[in-house]
Amino acid sequence: MIENKKFSNQYNFAFIDESTKKEIRRKLLKAIAIPGYQVPYSSPEMPIARGWGTGGLHVTLAIIGKADVFKIIDQGSDASVNACNLREFVHEMTACKTTYDTQEATLIQTRHRIPEEMLRENQIMVYQVPQPEPLRGVERYEFRTRQMHGEADYSKMWVSLYESFVRSGDIMLGAGYPVKVNDRYIMATSPIPRWDVPNLHFSKALHLYGAGREKRLYAIPPFTKVHPLEFEDVKFHIEDFKKSKCYKTQINSAFLDELYLDDGTKEYVINDSNFLDKILEEENPIQHENPYLNELKA
Amino acid sequence: MIRNSENWLLKVENLTKIYGEPGPNTLSKTGPLFNSNICPDTGSIVACADINFDLYPGEVLGIVGESGSGKSTLVKLLYFDLEKTEGKAWLKPFKEGEENFLEVSNQKKRFIKNHLLGMVYQNPRDGLNFNFTSGGNIAEKLIMADEFHVGRIREKASSLLNKTEVPVLRMDDLPSSFSGGMQQRVQISKAIANNPPLLFLDEVTTGLDVSVQAKVLDLIRELQQDMGISMIVVSHDLSVIRMLTDRTLVMKDGRIVESGLTDQILQDPQHPYSQLLVSSLL
Repeated sequence: MIENKKFSNQYNFAFIDESTKKEIRRKLLKAIAIPGYQVPYSSPEMPIARGWGTGGLHVTLAIIGKADVFKIIDQGSDASVNACNLREFVHEMTACKTTYDTQEATLIQTRHRIPEEMLRENQIMVYQVPQPEPLRGVERYEFRTRQMHGEADYSKMWVSLYESFVRSGDIMLGAGYPVKVNDRYIMATSPIPRWDVPNLHFSKALHLYGAGREKRLYAIPPFTKVHPLEFEDVKFHIEDFKKSKCYKTQINSAFLDELYLDDGTKEYVINDSNFLDKILEEENPIQHENPYLNELKA
Repeated sequence: MIRNSENWLLKVENLTKIYGEPGPNTLSKTGPLFNSNICPDTGSIVACADINFDLYPGEVLGIVGESGSGKSTLVKLLYFDLEKTEGKAWLKPFKEGEENFLEVSNQKKRFIKNHLLGMVYQNPRDGLNFNFTSGGNIAEKLIMADEFHVGRIREKASSLLNKTEVPVLRMDDLPSSFSGGMQQRVQISKAIANNPPLLFLDEVTTGLDVSVQAKVLDLIRELQQDMGISMIVVSHDLSVIRMLTDRTLVMKDGRIVESGLTDQILQDPQHPYSQLLVSSLL
């Protein structure tokens, strides 16, 4: 019998067919060439519904190679349902090695967090983005927001920050704080907490963003300027954990989760599960460095 | 202030706006002579055509005419709300008045709009963003002129609201909770936030009751005298024109039919249409 190699596998390597992968890679190259600019792409059908991480999955599957080591986190945790399912899927489709270890991974897909541990060169971060348009809150029409980006007309965004300050005495944006990339485009940071935003500035790793439902890709190349929006007298600041600390490690220089224990008491715990494990095993993981964190530690 | 042919602030030449496809005779078959601005050949509408005038620093120019005569179109063309069909215009503070500012890039247009022009619309909803507070509306204009200091923005906004007699306590309220006269005054404070050399006022008092009208007119006159802003005042109301303006253009069917000193036009109108306007003044 003639062995038919082409049809012996039910799926192509990494599930998506080669021509679609090529399309996504080309769009990614464009996104990297224009930091912060949203590139429209095809967003093909996936075995999960759009809006459940398809954007991140598209990017991951389009760029993953056989030698890659894959890590995926959901809200900082390697063990949450979304992360487990997608890890399983990527592993089945590519047979790539998967890991929990941030240092070991070459490709990290994430939802809502950047790992606490310092990222290396030749690591790639892939974000699942629900809403890629930072201006959507102030302008609902797509053709207008595109025009606003094109002309760098961001006054409405600034007024909304001003209004937020006037109303509440602070810029009330918890997750997804808008940043200016390379002094040009305002970009949605996918809903990462403010804690992670300074870590994007001059990051050694490549950051790729995929919004499957909205069909947009964008990117921050390594060593790119990323500045959170702030006024001269109303500054950006990270979450304040001065009064709380992780109940397992007694540390407060990492992003903390609020945890209600069985007896009803409230404790805090480090959100990044791999970082927490490494500290408990006394491996001394090296953290990102940024002025906000230094101030907290001082 | 010196007003000679060299010292203009705004110069407009042959400004034309046509809706629809114009034919070769569209301009010659419309206008006050034909009592129509609809082209009989093509059905295109000549909103305004062949507008020429100069405006001098500190001068207030009135544009008067019935509804549909093209007076609002004219200021909207100059404020980039509408795209001109033809014509040129120069503004002294923009590149020494050497570049036709109607044909520059959108970025430059926005620069001109934010730094050199101000506009007060008849309906405050056109000039204000009702989702932002009144302070936020003024802040928008200041931010567009690169002011990123909240303290200074609020200082400037409250002094502007003071000047226009809006209670500063209501700076952080939405304009939708204001009365019509107050909304109009917030709109004026927004328009003058960056000390523009030129301000457009499009039927600012229409729809306000008489006592509020008088207050708004007083305010505009005071601002004009204090800050020496040049203004173009569009109105169908001759008493507004008489109160505010030095010079007047009378428009009909998209054309200027008469121009001259306001007093002269009101005392001794030459064109039959101006005569009709003046004689119908109560």
